[in-house]
Amino acid sequence: MDKIYSHPKSLRNISTHYCPGCGHGIAHRIIAEIIDELGIRERTIALAPVGCAVIAYDYWNFDCSEAAHGRALAVATGIKRIHPDKIVFTYQGDGDLAAIGTNETIHAANRGENLTVIFINNAIYGMTGGQMAPTTLAGQKTATTPLGRDVSLQGYPLKISEMLALLPAVKYIERVSLHSPQEIIKTKKAIKQAFENQINNIGFSLVEVLSPCPTYWGMSPKQALDWIKEVMVKEFPLGKIK
Amino acid sequence: MAKITINQEKCKGCLLCIAVCPKGLISADKKLNSKGVKPARFTEDPACLGCMMCAVICPDCCIEVYK
Repeated sequence: MDKIYSHPKSLRNISTHYCPGCGHGIAHRIIAEIIDELGIRERTIALAPVGCAVIAYDYWNFDCSEAAHGRALAVATGIKRIHPDKIVFTYQGDGDLAAIGTNETIHAANRGENLTVIFINNAIYGMTGGQMAPTTLAGQKTATTPLGRDVSLQGYPLKISEMLALLPAVKYIERVSLHSPQEIIKTKKAIKQAFENQINNIGFSLVEVLSPCPTYWGMSPKQALDWIKEVMVKEFPLGKIK
Repeated sequence: MAKITINQEKCKGCLLCIAVCPKGLISADKKLNSKGVKPARFTEDPACLGCMMCAVICPDCCIEVYK
């Protein structure tokens, strides 16, 4: 028998600090597989966010940098402009990209920087204890909305992908999910497209990934995947946005 | 004929692989690992298709597939 599936070289073979069933582990592995397949490990620079994935640089086996909370795209802009031959991508959660980093995100997209953005949307703040995020669904219970998000007080879930799609300099936006093996394969295809866009100098590409957070959703890992499939995709419909 | 191997020490016991295996060949082990969780356990069986669904969904990259 031959080995047909194994650990990607771009991912270190160590145990991560993520909770059981967390989507970050799946997203990290997909990105590592793509980087191996494209043969760009020696010229890739990743920007880790602030959030649960803050120590992603301990897990990926290629060059990484860290940015202040929300500023990954500003730092990535600088790196890419100085090293246009490098493949630069940011990996950001919803608290990082859609809350404190909204400003940097919108302006990097509006300038049409030739970057790849992986936006992990789990509708909650994971690292700080499950508070409401801009992407939290209406009625969703979190540590700061114990009775559920009230849209008359806290506003509606922020659809950053649809907002960015309005900008003329943005070239590619797709929303995908990690709720089943089939969807994970689609996610990999979308992220690979976003990397190929950068290699071909097409421009700003963003992939929004709906990802489970079983711990702060108060669910088992399996229930969390079902919740994405049954509830979350109604608010955040999957597919190519631009 | 196919089989998988599971790194039980790395496994965090989320058991998503059990939910996606079309042949029901994965179960939770009775013994705890050093993390204190019951890791996934594979029962070798000619029914294994080598479909890789378990490996694709594993958040901790614990599964290798042979075919």
